[in-house]
Amino acid sequence: MSIIHKKLGAVFGCLALTATLGACSGAESGGGSSNDVEVFTWWTSGGEKAGLDGLSAVFAEECSGHNFVNAAIAGGSGSNSKQVLASRMQQNDPPSTFQTHAGAEGIDYVKAGQVQDLTADYTSWGLDTAFPEGLIDSLKMDGKLYSVPVNIHRIMLWGNTKVLGAAGITSAPKTIDEFIENLGKLRASGIESPLAVGVDWTQTEILESVLLAQLGPEKFTALWHKDADWSSAEITKAIESYKKILDYSNKDRDSLDWTDAEKRLVAGQAGYQVMGDWQVGELETSKFTDYNYQAFPGTEGSYQWLADAFVLPTGAKNVEGAKCWLKTVGSAEGQKEFNTKKGSIPARLDANPADYPEYQQRQIAEFKELTQVPSCIHGSACSLAQGSAINSAIGKFSIDGDIASLQAALGAATSEHGTNA
Amino acid sequence: MTPGYQNGSLVMTTLKRRLQSRPFQGFLLLLPSLLVLGVFVYLLLARTLMVAMSDQHTALPATQFVGLDNFIALFTADNGRFLHSARNLGLFVLVFIGGAMLMGFLWALMFDRGVKGESFFRSVYIFPIAISFIASGVVWRWLLNSSKGDEAGGLNQILGALNLEFLQSDWFLDPEWGMAAMAIPAIWQMSGYVMALFLAGFRGVPPELREAAYMDGATTGQMYRHIIFPQLTPAALSALIIVGQIGAKVFDLIMSMTGTGYISEVPAVYVWNALLTSDYAKAAAIASLLLLAVALVIVPYLIFTTRRESEVAE
Repeated sequence: MSIIHKKLGAVFGCLALTATLGACSGAESGGGSSNDVEVFTWWTSGGEKAGLDGLSAVFAEECSGHNFVNAAIAGGSGSNSKQVLASRMQQNDPPSTFQTHAGAEGIDYVKAGQVQDLTADYTSWGLDTAFPEGLIDSLKMDGKLYSVPVNIHRIMLWGNTKVLGAAGITSAPKTIDEFIENLGKLRASGIESPLAVGVDWTQTEILESVLLAQLGPEKFTALWHKDADWSSAEITKAIESYKKILDYSNKDRDSLDWTDAEKRLVAGQAGYQVMGDWQVGELETSKFTDYNYQAFPGTEGSYQWLADAFVLPTGAKNVEGAKCWLKTVGSAEGQKEFNTKKGSIPARLDANPADYPEYQQRQIAEFKELTQVPSCIHGSACSLAQGSAINSAIGKFSIDGDIASLQAALGAATSEHGTNA
Repeated sequence: MTPGYQNGSLVMTTLKRRLQSRPFQGFLLLLPSLLVLGVFVYLLLARTLMVAMSDQHTALPATQFVGLDNFIALFTADNGRFLHSARNLGLFVLVFIGGAMLMGFLWALMFDRGVKGESFFRSVYIFPIAISFIASGVVWRWLLNSSKGDEAGGLNQILGALNLEFLQSDWFLDPEWGMAAMAIPAIWQMSGYVMALFLAGFRGVPPELREAAYMDGATTGQMYRHIIFPQLTPAALSALIIVGQIGAKVFDLIMSMTGTGYISEVPAVYVWNALLTSDYAKAAAIASLLLLAVALVIVPYLIFTTRRESEVAE
């Protein structure tokens, strides 16, 4: 066969492969040099990309001799990257390390033996004392640790102070009833849909907040485990409150992304929005300053967190380099570089608040003081399948408002896909 | 000469003759495509069916054969999610087929009657096919915005400006009939294609037949009803099948209009959602049912056309 034919063959082979795997890009030697640490994430733009760059800069200093290779694939919450990762794992070609949501979402990888136990490294890197106990408890699976969290986000209630002021609301509501009352006041003041809400998962955030307020942190955390009882009257009551709250939201919620909902808040078409605190960056980008924030009414004692984390896949190339990356991710310096740029707070308790803007300073303080509670829909309390089934049930509820059906579906999703306590 | 040698020579000649025969050469020509189809279509179909009948609900490999359990679960358990997605798809396909066939037929009829500027309008109607469902979905998502009053946008805004508020709608966010609105972009996009098929059908009718009908004293209406329309059956059937299977597999349009949400979930989107949670068995079961549904329409059509072709050949 002539050289031209061989080349043509290679080109067509690559074309066929790239369609599914994105192979043939860059180095042809398959994995490049043995010092490469391939870091697989879905951070490709904005603060996330800046944070990743910050981390890789620290990595270059701390782990000289190892090469940072960025294998990021775009797509919100990793919807595209997870597909690519799954096919790479099946072919036993895992990256050196990859991003997951910290907590129960990683359970499938653990069950499949696709990630390595990092419990001993936690001790040698001093992470077992650097992270708060509540966080470590949520990260543990059967007593072992498999992932290193890099940041912490929290779900909060955001308000448009001008709209709230115009309706005569000047203080933060402390109970769900008070919150619903405020929504009523806002509607009376001419705001037709006072709560800005988007597609299913943004609705699930609200239901989670209501459940947390109704049940308290301990019962709430236990709620997502396989053997949890979802049939109690308390839960029915929480769903009833949730339904009342949802009645005050925009009717086109099922077609809006969270940023579209945020625009309603900024434009003064709504007074409140429940959202994770990546909202701060978005509000600053739109040069909007008339906002306030508070814990969801009735959850003031809890810190409902979610986090991104890195793991060590089984069969990872350059394990030494990958471990050095994980050590960097958990280190004070690495977490500072990442979080000051991404707009989240570090998972470590020894952060210096002075390094951070005002919003994060308050969160750093509260993260230490309050009870840490995981979030279902962002993967810290629920497995992927559980979260997906719950999202679907919430989407159905948004249409039919059937309380009994939602309660049964939530229970079924948890008993079928929930993790063990 | 020994009998053995004689036998050997006979075998060789038969083999040679067979190798040179037309059926064998034909088979050789078909072999590459048969192999590719066999591996990439039928082998993978079989594999999908096997996964659908396994318990591979996580990233872990399957542990046992569960027969039709996954299929039964889709209809009985599942919080009614699959049935909801099937209903969504059914409504979408019905409105899509009806709309695209009607529009395409009317446009083709118009051209057959001889409208001025035919080639211009023909291009205008055919153009939307060149746009991907993803791109048109984004635009139609704005056009079919459900807001009303001061916040209205897209069609609702136009209707409001024309004082036709009573026509304003929630469009694809309507819980009962939203999927009918979802079919509007698809109709807009595929009507031109149906028109092209019908137009080819109209042009395929020999002018002599029309003339003969007029000679026999038929009115224009009678001529169309008794001479032209019966001869459009093959074109109509082809259009129906093509539009139907495009509708049954719809995925990209839904993803760009509403994403993966429950309200507009169809089986193809459900497959995507199931794959995202590594529930391979469920995804494979839904994909198999989708294939079965499409096959129920396509196979009779294939049988029909094969029979027809062999009749013509005779």
